[in-house]
Amino acid sequence: MIWDAVIQPFADFGFMRRALLGCVAISLGATPVGVFLMLRRMSLTGDAMAHAILPGAAVGYLVAGLSLGAMTIGGMIAGMAVALLSGFVTRATALREDASLAAFYLISLALGVLIVSTRGSNVDLMHVLFGTVLALDDAALILLCSLASLSVVTLALLFRPLVLECADPQLLRSVSGLSAVTHFVFLALVVISLVGSFQALGTLMAVGIMILPAAAARFWATGIGGLLIAAVAVAILASLSGLLLSYHYSLPSGPAIILVAGLAYGVSLVFGPAGGLVARALPRRHLEA
Amino acid sequence: MTAALTFRNLTLGYDRHPVVHHLEAEIVEGSLTAVVGPNGAGKSTLLKGVIGTLAPLEGRIALGGINRDDIAYLPQQSDIDRSFPISVRDLVAMGLWREIGPFGRLRPPHRDRVAAAVSAVGLTGFEDRPIGALSGGQMQRVLFARLLLQEARLVLLDEPFTAIDARTMADLLGVVRRWHGEGRTVLAVLHDFETVRAHFPETLMLARELVAHGPTAEVLTAENQFRARTMAEAPDPDADVCERGAA
Repeated sequence: MIWDAVIQPFADFGFMRRALLGCVAISLGATPVGVFLMLRRMSLTGDAMAHAILPGAAVGYLVAGLSLGAMTIGGMIAGMAVALLSGFVTRATALREDASLAAFYLISLALGVLIVSTRGSNVDLMHVLFGTVLALDDAALILLCSLASLSVVTLALLFRPLVLECADPQLLRSVSGLSAVTHFVFLALVVISLVGSFQALGTLMAVGIMILPAAAARFWATGIGGLLIAAVAVAILASLSGLLLSYHYSLPSGPAIILVAGLAYGVSLVFGPAGGLVARALPRRHLEA
Repeated sequence: MTAALTFRNLTLGYDRHPVVHHLEAEIVEGSLTAVVGPNGAGKSTLLKGVIGTLAPLEGRIALGGINRDDIAYLPQQSDIDRSFPISVRDLVAMGLWREIGPFGRLRPPHRDRVAAAVSAVGLTGFEDRPIGALSGGQMQRVLFARLLLQEARLVLLDEPFTAIDARTMADLLGVVRRWHGEGRTVLAVLHDFETVRAHFPETLMLARELVAHGPTAEVLTAENQFRARTMAEAPDPDADVCERGAA
């Protein structure tokens, strides 16, 4: 029974194994970045950046067809350009980060849709927007896993400055010159995570596997280490269940994975011990001191 | 008597309107100085100039042999995200940044010093609390513990005792006295003249321009306080370009 439902699909079909590997890599590489996005109150920034990489991917597609490498490099260039430009505008002018980022990502998104719709077919647009996790080839998997590894190593190196930049940016600015570096490397990580994920989940769904597990983890853990572990665990479980649901019920896999992550968020919201609705509604008796 | 800080014809401000105007003063190394003056007198602005977040409109600030990273600064309103999931111990340990940097390990002697700093501000037992669960006074104690670990030669405190109860203030003043005893230079923005008279040997009175600077008893006179109060606070949109000291 469990064999049939859970193991069989992966045992029988290579594409399911590949999809699972890809999703686990995304969970390990991109989800921790999502935790930091949430902690820095930049959850929506992830969404903005996801739109920003579209024209790059589209240009890559125009130049080289449905080539993974070209679309990835294009997406990365577009994402970095938007991140750097908005970061520069924030630091050099009176405009705040949210407004400058919104301005650039909207320009970028409009450009992307224009390029895709004039030159490509609607099917291509759907590929870029919603991903094809069940059709990952070797090159895509190697790229995905490399980007995930890069992201994990960078996060490990950047961990202390990043925590300080989140908790007390003023102190980081006063004790070291790493504040700006940390900020831009972190934005680069966001772009890398999105570019790595969009092949599998699409540009729009890629943010889902970053933010939803992070938001769910907030109801289970109170420390930063616990948050990271809980978020990655939620992301991997959502990937596994989403893939199985999509296999058994012939659902599109990207949205299935994200919806399971959304379900995990909903359950956490209600039953999570760290500030969930039930925990709030049924408080235990207070202590003496 | 070497100067830890020298202000030369220093003008600081925002949008060309001066907030600190042509300030000439020297802060002696190892001195304990209160910076007083009415609201809008330029006290916080002066500290921002010293740590370098605000570039002078004119003149300069000379740091007498002190590196930028040898300055510890307690802002009036900290940027700390109180909802960030970090414990008291970890936030205090950030004061060791200059020693351990972004990658260094927190070794047992470091841990002992963190514990000692937490105990010095009377927060033993709070180490594992998340900072979101602290009161305003407790948070201020945490920040002082972190300043202790920074072991900076120049300590800048911007209204450190505002909204702090008497006992906490006494404890934190103990920390300030300890810095003074160790020969560190301390510059603190304060409003309560009683505190200044009792604990701060030197006072710098500011009302955009320098009113007086010297031993506290000579600075906090009724006449000086009256002069400080009569300062015009609002920036004048039609003000002419200041030619003083432009020669």
